[in-house]
Amino acid sequence: MSTIAFPYLLADKPETFFFPPKASTFAAENDFFYMALFYIALFFFLLIVVGMIVFVIKYRQRPGYEGDPRPLHNNALEITWTVIPTLIVCWIFARGVYGYMEMMRAPAETIDINVEARKWNWLFEYPNGARDPVLHIPNDKAIRLRMRSVDVLHCLYVPAFRCKTDVVPGRVTQLWFQPIREGTFDIFCAEYCGDQHSEMLTKVVVHSQEDYEAWLAEAVKPPIAPVAHGQWLYERMGCKSCHSLEPNKVVVGPSFNGSYGKSFRDSKGQDVSFDANYVRESVLAPQAVMRPEFVKASQMPSFQGKLKENEITAITAFLQALEDGNISDEEMNAVPAAESTENTTGEGETDSAAQAAEQVSGN
Amino acid sequence: MSAVAESPTHSHSQVTENYLFNTKGFLSWALTLDHKRIGLMYLVGVMSSFLVGGLLALLIRAELFTPGELFLNNKQFNQVFTLHGAVMVFLFIIPSVPAALGNFLVPVMLGAKDVAFPRLNLCSFYLWVGGAIFFLCALFYTGLDTGWTFYTPYSSSSEFGTMGPVVWATMGVFILGFSSIFTGLNFIVTINTMRPPGMAWFKMPLFLWATYSTSIIQVLATPVLGITVLLLAAERVLKIGIFDPHLNGDPVTYQHFFWFYSHPAVYIMILPGMGIISELMSVHSHKSIFGYRFIAYSSVAIAIFGFLVWGHHMFTAGMAEVTTVVFSALTFSVSIPSAIKVFNWLATMYKGTVYLNTPMCYALNFLFLFTIGGLTGLWLGALSTDRALHDTYFVVAHFHYVMMGGTLVAFVGGLFHWWPKMTGKMFNDLWGKISCLLVFIGFNMTFLPQFVLGSRGMPRRYARYLEEFQVLHQISTAGAFVLGAGLFVALGVLIHSLMRGRRAPNNPWGAATLEWQCTSPPPFYNFASAPSVTDPYDYLPLKYISEEEGWVYISPTKSTDPQAHPEIAKS
Ligand code: HEC
Ligand SMILES: [Cu+2]
Ligand SMILES: [Cu+2]
Repeated sequence: MSTIAFPYLLADKPETFFFPPKASTFAAENDFFYMALFYIALFFFLLIVVGMIVFVIKYRQRPGYEGDPRPLHNNALEITWTVIPTLIVCWIFARGVYGYMEMMRAPAETIDINVEARKWNWLFEYPNGARDPVLHIPNDKAIRLRMRSVDVLHCLYVPAFRCKTDVVPGRVTQLWFQPIREGTFDIFCAEYCGDQHSEMLTKVVVHSQEDYEAWLAEAVKPPIAPVAHGQWLYERMGCKSCHSLEPNKVVVGPSFNGSYGKSFRDSKGQDVSFDANYVRESVLAPQAVMRPEFVKASQMPSFQGKLKENEITAITAFLQALEDGNISDEEMNAVPAAESTENTTGEGETDSAAQAAEQVSGN
Repeated sequence: MSAVAESPTHSHSQVTENYLFNTKGFLSWALTLDHKRIGLMYLVGVMSSFLVGGLLALLIRAELFTPGELFLNNKQFNQVFTLHGAVMVFLFIIPSVPAALGNFLVPVMLGAKDVAFPRLNLCSFYLWVGGAIFFLCALFYTGLDTGWTFYTPYSSSSEFGTMGPVVWATMGVFILGFSSIFTGLNFIVTINTMRPPGMAWFKMPLFLWATYSTSIIQVLATPVLGITVLLLAAERVLKIGIFDPHLNGDPVTYQHFFWFYSHPAVYIMILPGMGIISELMSVHSHKSIFGYRFIAYSSVAIAIFGFLVWGHHMFTAGMAEVTTVVFSALTFSVSIPSAIKVFNWLATMYKGTVYLNTPMCYALNFLFLFTIGGLTGLWLGALSTDRALHDTYFVVAHFHYVMMGGTLVAFVGGLFHWWPKMTGKMFNDLWGKISCLLVFIGFNMTFLPQFVLGSRGMPRRYARYLEEFQVLHQISTAGAFVLGAGLFVALGVLIHSLMRGRRAPNNPWGAATLEWQCTSPPPFYNFASAPSVTDPYDYLPLKYISEEEGWVYISPTKSTDPQAHPEIAKS
């Protein structure tokens, strides 16, 4: 599955001294305007600095030179250096508004993708229901992102597209753009959001139309192998934002690395072993049994009704595979004959999952 | 103790008493009502804050030497940059010029004995100390890592306790703000009512114009912080939704409140610096200031426009389009008065006599850096380019050029300029200039690369970054250490001057503002007799005598004591 571990190899190095690649329709206007401002600013900067140097040299205090301390006035000069900058600034303002309006007015036909931002990752929901932590879009099409945040402020920023918009909890903000070339570009979070703000990165992959459609069709299908399916869910259901896969790294909840199969003492002083039941219980009624260190951590939401029974099984398989810290390719793609059929029975089992949860919380 | 004594070494009447030693003991300082001592205590306070903030800055730059983790983990990095920003903004830049230099200078420049309300003045100092302690405790206690802007809902999340650190932090800023309200009020009243006969509004030194404008902002803008604290607390306690999306509030509202104070605060930071530069450029070019009225009016214009542009911090926050466009227009309108000032400062040197001493070097340094800072504001005020540059290193570089290249450099320049008056000691000019050169090189090396980082897409407040940004970050880090070295040299020069400095004459620079007519350092009561008010930028009647005596008035009508200079009066 190409979507499981996306190869983040194609870093987008700056193409010119000032800019990353020009990858959207906004880039040409932005770069032109940026450079225009650069030359305007350079002109005034040189005017002032050269003036400064000339005056310092010419009028420096030295033997045999005496300046005239009397005041000078020149209203014509004052007016000149008020009016000329004002005119230039008016042009800059107008051009800025022109570019801005273009960035705000999305065309009528757009591909709408929902974005969910949370500490500290992105999740993109495609028109056909596919979800992916990486943004996949077709080239030369207008794309509109409708963005929500589940926790704090974030900001979706694509330097190669020269645009960004804040993601504000309690609001839906929008951002549209139209890519002009295929490739893989960085997405950054540009609004400070806490600990891993600087790691809240993902990629946008601009495909050709055919590739995009193929990707989309593929993306709704979960992997068949349970371990791969578990990881697939881990990346899409939000687990990733609180549980890391690195040993002992606490993001919000405990790391999943090497936990499975070990026993620990819970906050009530009972010995608990990390097994399939415990995973089930943690997902459906997270507060029933807790590790003492995490009683005070911000709480894990219950996934009851959101995860089907077979999905919980897949997550369990994934955690089990992580028992020794890493997952080999074989483990990842192993398809036990018995379980591959279970995929189809998913629907009917949601109810039993709910019952199980009731049992658990009744304890 | 007799106030006036004959001094054989000085040809004019020399006051032996000075405010530094007229009374002794800890309480004589702690309970003093003397504006000069209060100014000096403020000076020690803000310089200590600056030392703390500066060391934190070096820590940040050192950590950013590599893309990965060097010695700070993410959480620590975030706490360090928060502390750096908060300390620098609220404890250093805002009080630096108005409270420290302003307190010392405003009454002396007016030829007055003290500010209008000396007790309020002392009270404002203790409020500042209390506020600073409260603020730092709040930051440490909550382990605040929100950045100095304290944006909700991150800052109000219950991770940090029920109230959320934002309440404590904003409260700290409000207490500090109250101290600046008191100072501002004091200055407004002092300037309005205590100008000496003959000093009309347009005969005031430009530093006073700048201080006056700043004071108005302080008095009008700071109460908004109080309202914000109240609303935050009300939201927490009464659960009415204002800022918190979980209670149906809107986090963007907090940003409006925050910037409604903090944008005018940017002008609280830069206006006094501009006032200093107006003085330095004129005095050290020995040339009457060019376009006095334009500079004076532009200060007032900046103070007024400054209230109307807060929205430019939120261009990408999802404001309505019309609002955004209006804020962009207003933002550009505030750039014009600043441009006018720069041109006038430049023109002041024309046909003057430029003395390239330490304060002047800092003033020229200011002109260079502030020009870059101001011009790069164009990219950020323009709506389309701001979409790309907002919250990147471009912004970081821009405001450091304005705040640090502007205010800090002006502050250091002003400190050197008035140092002889404040302490009665001259400093080593050569080393002063070396410090200025180091600051210049270090500063540009630190922040020029950050513009490029920003336009290439590097977001701010990142503890880690992609490898492609590393080279520029490393140049920046190296520059920061040069900059730090430059500032330490400056500190060394000042300390050396305190211990070994030559005695300062009353008027070492040939300035015509009133503070140079009293002794260095001034006596407790500032002036033995009311000084005669002259044009603050009229250098014609001043004549250079010698290193020991500095400049004195030669025209008998302008002299404070014509009998003392028979030989000059004759010539
Ligand atoms: C908002 C953060 C958050 C999210 C999202 C989240 N968890 Fe958790 N999780 C926690 C916290 C905190 C704990 C520890 C306290 C507890 O047991 O409730 C935890 C505990 C667990 C445990 C027990 C781990 C142990 O070592 O004891 C498992 C298993 C688990 N979560 C699975 C998941 C799965 C699967 C998902 C995604 C479907 C998920 N979590 C999503 C925060 C989260
Ligand atoms: Cu972020
Ligand atoms: Cu602002």
